[in-house]
Amino acid sequence: MSEGTRTIEVNYLARVEGEGALHLRIEQDRLVAAQLRIFEPPRFFEALLRGRDFREAPDITARICGICPVAYLMSACAAMEDLCGVEVSAPIADLRRLLYCGEWIESHVLHIFMLHLPDFMGYPDAVRIARDHPELVRMGLRLKKAGNAIVALLGGREIHPINVRLGGFYRAPKRADLLALRAELEWALGAAEQTVARVSALAFPDFERDYEFVALRHPEHYPMNTGRLVSSRGVDLPVTGYDDYLQEHHEVHSTALQSRTASGGVVHLGPLARYALNRDRLTPRARAAADAAGLGAQVCNPFRSIVVRAVEVVLAFEEALRLVDAYREFDLPALPVELRPGVGYGATEAPRGTLYHRYTVDQDGLITDAKIVAPTAVNQAVIEADLRHYLEPNLHLPDDTLRGVCETAIRNYDPCISCSAHFLKLDVERD
Amino acid sequence: MTAPRLRLAVWKFASCDGCQLSLLDCEDELLALAEGVQIALFAEASSNMLPGPYDVSLVEGSITTAHDRERIQQVRAESGLLVTIGACATAGGIQALRNFRDVEEWKQLVYARPEVIDALATSTPIAEHVKVDFELRGCPVSKRQLLELLAALLAGRRPNVSTASVCEECKARGTPCVMVAHGTPCLGPVTQAGCGAICPAYNRGCYGCFGPKETPNPAALSERLTELGMDRATLLRVYRSFNAGAPAFADEAARHE
Repeated sequence: MSEGTRTIEVNYLARVEGEGALHLRIEQDRLVAAQLRIFEPPRFFEALLRGRDFREAPDITARICGICPVAYLMSACAAMEDLCGVEVSAPIADLRRLLYCGEWIESHVLHIFMLHLPDFMGYPDAVRIARDHPELVRMGLRLKKAGNAIVALLGGREIHPINVRLGGFYRAPKRADLLALRAELEWALGAAEQTVARVSALAFPDFERDYEFVALRHPEHYPMNTGRLVSSRGVDLPVTGYDDYLQEHHEVHSTALQSRTASGGVVHLGPLARYALNRDRLTPRARAAADAAGLGAQVCNPFRSIVVRAVEVVLAFEEALRLVDAYREFDLPALPVELRPGVGYGATEAPRGTLYHRYTVDQDGLITDAKIVAPTAVNQAVIEADLRHYLEPNLHLPDDTLRGVCETAIRNYDPCISCSAHFLKLDVERD
Repeated sequence: MTAPRLRLAVWKFASCDGCQLSLLDCEDELLALAEGVQIALFAEASSNMLPGPYDVSLVEGSITTAHDRERIQQVRAESGLLVTIGACATAGGIQALRNFRDVEEWKQLVYARPEVIDALATSTPIAEHVKVDFELRGCPVSKRQLLELLAALLAGRRPNVSTASVCEECKARGTPCVMVAHGTPCLGPVTQAGCGAICPAYNRGCYGCFGPKETPNPAALSERLTELGMDRATLLRVYRSFNAGAPAFADEAARHE
């Protein structure tokens, strides 16, 4: 290594889902490379979907990610129902939203307490936090369990739920079964508010960026299953316009496959984007929690994403309670879905951001083309940009400090590297 | 308290992370488990990664790259017991669908620069590469079976995991047979128990996510499914899903090709 050159490697990023690494190269006090390297083995979902029946897409694509299978189930259903011209009934839409609340809760709480909080509290993991703060970790586990209870009841099990089908569900729950969750959800809503207060008091690096936020927006609700695609720079499109707005680029030098806007812009998906674009749709207690935590109209410090996630947990519990209380048993758990060959588009808000599916289906009902863009694939570019902007003024810091902050910065996005549908970056830098 | 604790490592190969997540989903047992077991390596949950050797390795995911084919040898060498968790590790997972197709074509379909993609022509279970001491089935594994496995390891006994069919669990649960009562196609008769027979309980047929049971008879089931109106192409797909690489399912699928 030449004098004045530092290479900082994180060979295996811990506390993220999937396998990734970080490569930083600093020459003469100048940052020349900051790369999030993905070495998750490719699994070729878009290829293996070809020739499968259109009704199989939800269960198959759920296997892309064990942490947010509901997001895949919901986006695949949205795309196939768009294809077939089906709009689900209000009770089915409500149950889907409740299922999604469960996933937001279990995924966000897992991230807040077990993956991200250790960074801010200076521990290697949640088990070690529990030795000093057992009540805190126990609260996190109980919150997570409350989210999983919703997914297990509506979906049959927590991971890769089995009860979702095109047009709705195989079986709708009994009202009594949903009401049985109520007491725990009540407790959890209060605990979620405490979580917001707790994480908003953490010390965050002084760092803000001007992001182009992108999320769905729904006329009434904070977005989950449906909405138009909007951005903080004025974009407002139906989901069918996704491909015109965000395109995957193959960068010759790095072999990266990254999504950018047509003009080359880097966009930011996930809780910060949803919050910035839908603050007016927050539920009352979630808004009060956000206000009490001092979150303004938007949050541009990515390290404070842990606070926004906690606000979304409050929202998800509030929504879950509303939906449980309003639930009345109904006759038709799934609408009939008749095949209509063509192209279908679907996007929903996974915990980590907008998850886009597009399928082409032939007259036999077989998939002939599939495109899946996981939120982490889009956020890859913004993660690298964050790293560069954060590092440039801080290069004087010792390697260990830099490494630690970079890992925290990556975890800001709760990157889910397992979502390797087609999301890959290889490090081809050669000395 | 200096009682020797089991040193546990959790490894990931090609997979969705769901089976590892099942460990973190043991919300009620996790902290107690961490008392009885030293989690020496579990990258998804901890940045504390201790070197081997390990008493027990839990392995998630299938072997799909040349690099991983080497890495599993290293994992085996560092592990006392090696236990695979989930359909990817025990049967190659959904990604084993490539075993019946041309992976070079798939690379070109998905990636702009297919020549830089490290991907073997097959996705294979761990046992095809190294000796495996115990296998937990499922896409994903059942939390209950995972806890039984860990409890058994701590007690030094063999895990009590059924190799019977899903039908047995349906009977135990009191769920009427969806195939007999409603004519709903169901893989329950050839699929290993473990999930708790959730699909029939939710009015749908089993789709085989735990893979073939011991001594299954899929040919007989296929006959029945044909009577219910299933055509050959559908039968082929039914056996080629999350356990496509399991021999009993792969052979039956091939009969309908």
